[in-house]
Amino acid sequence: MARPGEKSGGSGKKSLKGKAATEKPQEAAITGDGATENEVQPPKSAAFPPGFSISEIKNKQRRHLMFTRWKQQQRKEKLAAKKKLKKEREALGDKAPPKPIPKTIDNQRVYDETIVDPNDEEVAYDEATDEFASYFNRQTSPKILITTSDRPHGRTVRLCEQLSTVIPDSHVYYRRGLALKKIIPQCISRDFTDLIVINEDRKTPNGLILSHLPNGPTAHFKMSSVRLRKEIKRRGKDPTEHVPEIILNNFTTRLGHSIGRMFASLFPHDPQFIGRQVATFHNQRDYIFFRFHRYIFKSEKKVGIQELGPRFTLKLRSLQKGTFDSKYGEYEWVHKPREMDTSRRKFHL
Amino acid sequence: MAASAARWNHVWVGTETGILKGVNLQRKRAENFTAAGQPRREEAVSALCWGAGGETQILVGCADRVVRHFSTEDGTFQGQRHCPGGEGAFRGLAQADGTIITCVDSGILRVWRDNDKEASSDPLLELKVGPGVCRMRQDPARPHIVATGGKENALKVWDLQGSEEPVFRAKNVRNDWLDLRVPIWDQDIQFLPGSQKLITCTGYHQVRVYDPASPQRRPVLETTYGEYPLTAMTLTPGGNSVIVGNTHGQLAEIDFRQGRLLGCLKGLAGSVRGLQCHPSKPLLASCGLDRVLRIHRIRNPRGLEHKDEPQEPEEPNKVPPEDTETDELWASLEAAAKRKRPDLDQTQGAVQTKQRKKKRPRSTSP
Repeated sequence: MARPGEKSGGSGKKSLKGKAATEKPQEAAITGDGATENEVQPPKSAAFPPGFSISEIKNKQRRHLMFTRWKQQQRKEKLAAKKKLKKEREALGDKAPPKPIPKTIDNQRVYDETIVDPNDEEVAYDEATDEFASYFNRQTSPKILITTSDRPHGRTVRLCEQLSTVIPDSHVYYRRGLALKKIIPQCISRDFTDLIVINEDRKTPNGLILSHLPNGPTAHFKMSSVRLRKEIKRRGKDPTEHVPEIILNNFTTRLGHSIGRMFASLFPHDPQFIGRQVATFHNQRDYIFFRFHRYIFKSEKKVGIQELGPRFTLKLRSLQKGTFDSKYGEYEWVHKPREMDTSRRKFHL
Repeated sequence: MAASAARWNHVWVGTETGILKGVNLQRKRAENFTAAGQPRREEAVSALCWGAGGETQILVGCADRVVRHFSTEDGTFQGQRHCPGGEGAFRGLAQADGTIITCVDSGILRVWRDNDKEASSDPLLELKVGPGVCRMRQDPARPHIVATGGKENALKVWDLQGSEEPVFRAKNVRNDWLDLRVPIWDQDIQFLPGSQKLITCTGYHQVRVYDPASPQRRPVLETTYGEYPLTAMTLTPGGNSVIVGNTHGQLAEIDFRQGRLLGCLKGLAGSVRGLQCHPSKPLLASCGLDRVLRIHRIRNPRGLEHKDEPQEPEEPNKVPPEDTETDELWASLEAAAKRKRPDLDQTQGAVQTKQRKKKRPRSTSP
């Protein structure tokens, strides 16, 4: 209440003009507020009665004016406070307290009990003997089949083609309306290790089913933010046939480990560093960002990267044990929005 | 140390890597017991049941067709018995009067003499139950009566002391409204105490009640829940309802006198593999493919009591919590739920306890 009063004194012409009409009726109510005004002011420009807030002004233009003025004041004060703090820090020099870390949702993540401890033997044994063990023991090398839902449109077809250049030893086949449960035995007999199905809705790809064969888990993802090569700005030339390196970021929980291993088993074991290509699966807040880059070391510490291939974002919807069987299969993890998404700081991958 | 700890475990869970875990809910820690000293996938536990002599011995049926005896007093595996014949994993394990009853996936039901020598490998009795068995359950009141059921294998009740023919053979329900045969897939069977009735839950999300005492061979009551196969079932201590779980991790309490859904329990994210209610208290232990053991409170109020992460897919069923010396333990457990949680012995640090306290109001709200 004192604040509008001060402003009215300090701002000069504008305030007197604008407030002339409104101040007079309120002058009568001021008694104590007059004491807070230190500057020489005409007794007319007075503070508002206590308990008054800007939102009670009925006139919209006036209200807006008062609000902008208040906001400017706030900004000025904030700037002044920052400057003061900075001066104090400089004055203290080395003895200054460390800067407080801003709170982010990633910082405030609820501790998840399923985060895998690197020394955990049970998990190590479990991973050494699960369905991906034959890949990680180098007994099998991946062979991928990429297909789509029936009658795909241009974007999806082009995404499949670009994905097949990114993933070595992958083959794109047209779906022809076949049932997945019939495709899977045929794939197994032809020694495919993984099946990728890109689901399409209204001419854009929106889902991805990744099924490890012969009897491995099936992951179902929601796909969003798909950018084909021509839509990527400042991109490099098309990827070469070299086997890329893989980066898997932030797959910390047990479920994250399983999904990370699923992604890793799509690519052949030995990356060809000559190709300088890298595929990244970065998990942040349960969203997995896929990027494909070419890097070049300009010096010991400086790297330049060019983004090449397609880019998309995935979110895990379910992980099912066994090959694709959405009706009768057993699920290892199902995303249940009303149970799992209640906290903004809890993530599962 | 192992001996006393083993005795005080409240819930026993078997895992797919062959480890038997005893979970002490008061101290909130799990202990691992393995036969060979380290986990082996060939020993994946597929069936568990209490052994002879009260709740001091557990019979563990493993994937390599060996039934191992585990003593809860000592915390060690004491003997084992190889039970060959048929193919597939154990679907049912029971013991009666010094004999072990086993049933495998391909339908061979055998009764073995339970002595520690492996030499005697001939079964006392062998029955062919039909292929595709999903569950064999023993009647707790009459140990010589067992029931079997499976995929395209209708419910049959066998008397092991009687003839080779089943005592009760269930009939399939009538054709549906399109005049198509309704398929059969009995996933779990429970005997109702105090009567001859049986309840089954099916892979086509039906819960059925059969009464062998009545002339009707078709189910007396049928209800459905959800859209996914029901994989596990347990009776509640009240005696009027069952709790079923499906492949999506949804748990529901169904009243089988009226065929009504009483309520659901939430928390599981993966397929439910084992459910077990406490015989007298309204507590339910559930485990599934999401690698977490959860204790739920069924009523007043319905909610999650405790969660434990043993970090391995928990496949088979669990054995009910012990009754001995547990009254004061259970009381203190419930008291603990109301006041602050004690320190956890597991690898989580102090941060964890604070988070758990914060979680409490949310998780126990109905």
